[in-house]
Amino acid sequence: MILNASGCLDALAAPEIAAQLDIFVTKTVTPLPRGGNEPTRIAETDLGMLNSIGLANPGIDAFVTDVLPELAELEIPVWVSVGGFSAADYADLCSRLDAYDDVATIELNVSCPNVAEPADSVAEIVAAARAATSKSLYAKLSPASGDITAVAEAAGAAGADGLSLVNTIRGLALDATTLEPTLSTATGGLSGPALRPIALAAVFGCFRATGLPIVGMGGVETGRHAIELIAAGATAVALGTSLFADPEAPARIRSELELEAERLGFETPLAAHAAAHEEEGRRKLRKVA
Amino acid sequence: MRRETLPVAGVDRIGPYSLVRVRRGGLESGIPGQFFMLSPPSRLLPRPMSLCLATRKELGFLIDPIGPGTRALVEVARNDRLPVLGPLGNGYRMDVERPLLVGGGIGVAPFPYLSERLAKPPAVLGFRTEEHAEAAALVPNAEIVVEPRLVTELLRPGHDVLACGPEPMLEAVRRLAPNAQLAWEAPMACGYGACYGCAVEINGELKRLCIEGPVLTAEAA
Repeated sequence: MILNASGCLDALAAPEIAAQLDIFVTKTVTPLPRGGNEPTRIAETDLGMLNSIGLANPGIDAFVTDVLPELAELEIPVWVSVGGFSAADYADLCSRLDAYDDVATIELNVSCPNVAEPADSVAEIVAAARAATSKSLYAKLSPASGDITAVAEAAGAAGADGLSLVNTIRGLALDATTLEPTLSTATGGLSGPALRPIALAAVFGCFRATGLPIVGMGGVETGRHAIELIAAGATAVALGTSLFADPEAPARIRSELELEAERLGFETPLAAHAAAHEEEGRRKLRKVA
Repeated sequence: MRRETLPVAGVDRIGPYSLVRVRRGGLESGIPGQFFMLSPPSRLLPRPMSLCLATRKELGFLIDPIGPGTRALVEVARNDRLPVLGPLGNGYRMDVERPLLVGGGIGVAPFPYLSERLAKPPAVLGFRTEEHAEAAALVPNAEIVVEPRLVTELLRPGHDVLACGPEPMLEAVRRLAPNAQLAWEAPMACGYGACYGCAVEINGELKRLCIEGPVLTAEAA
């Protein structure tokens, strides 16, 4: 299954790209409308991209009345990403969305590096959201947590049905001539190839710790990258930065993923699920003397 | 919106700028002022470039090599292959009676194509140095000023102004010609409304320049 990473596609502006996906994930919706951060909001780095969009979105009221009905017409399952500043915000957002059949899953964005952190812990947020909706809940976690597997376990214990791994990690770029921060907010979220091994480690560790379904994301540009996330424990893969460079990335990566699975002897890409965890016969000490 | 990987037909140096010409493939040239995303070799993100020249066989982009992406773009060689996505965004309205093109620096980039489509209207162009002003050769009927003189000195009343250039120039043009059509610039990661990187303030709200613009009427901008 191929999804977009939240905030990396506007399905209404580019429906032909959304049509290549199995599931469309919305940009994070907050209780009130947000214009987002001042420009400059993006910068390219040697191995990635920094963004500091700041959760620009129309707010939950306009989202459910104006955006959601239009998304439903695209006939692609819709996951709604929500974000707030307290557990109560998340509970309110989830109870609002609970009434809409067009919302397949709610993704709890508890890890945006570009806005103030929610006051409550991930476990408190997930528990509050769980009490507010019977919909499937995925917690999107930050790779910057000291121990992401502990956070994942806490999210699972609080009622998360799955995990989205990973969000961006905070980074900084300086202007070539002035040496001032390129982004208006100074730091931003780093995505792209630089995030790839970090995402892979997070998926690997969190799958082992929780066994929960995982949407793996972070620098996926090829079918090979996708199958590695699946082997580490992901049940689906999401694309972010690669969509910006190549609007045909979902279709291309889907066919590359199938070829890669076949090349490696798996009947389907998902047959490679958790293959990285099959340890038997892998770790052999070589006796060389 | 269409993306094709096109062979480079040639790169011509024009002062400090380079005109990167690619074989056109199946891409439309679009409306002057629209832009294309060009993917520089070995860089993560494509760069937005307005179309400078369109012939039956080629599309040309005038590029100022100011950073790693634009430098990689002007260093391509003939027959290298360049992914190109477009045309994107909103170009100039072409229903103008007395057009005057007003450009500054690399802002001349869309004017050769625009001039051709408007039957070579008068143009006033400003540049930082004589070397930069070599790009004026691409624009017919152009009057040129070089700093410290400013292009706004040459603005005449009674024209439909179509402008492209650095922000201070656009601000000055907007004050003198409230009906002007202005082509703005912003860093973009995608060019088609996905990344929200190119937000600019339009009528008091932050909006995506790639979708709402890049050409806006002076009053809306």
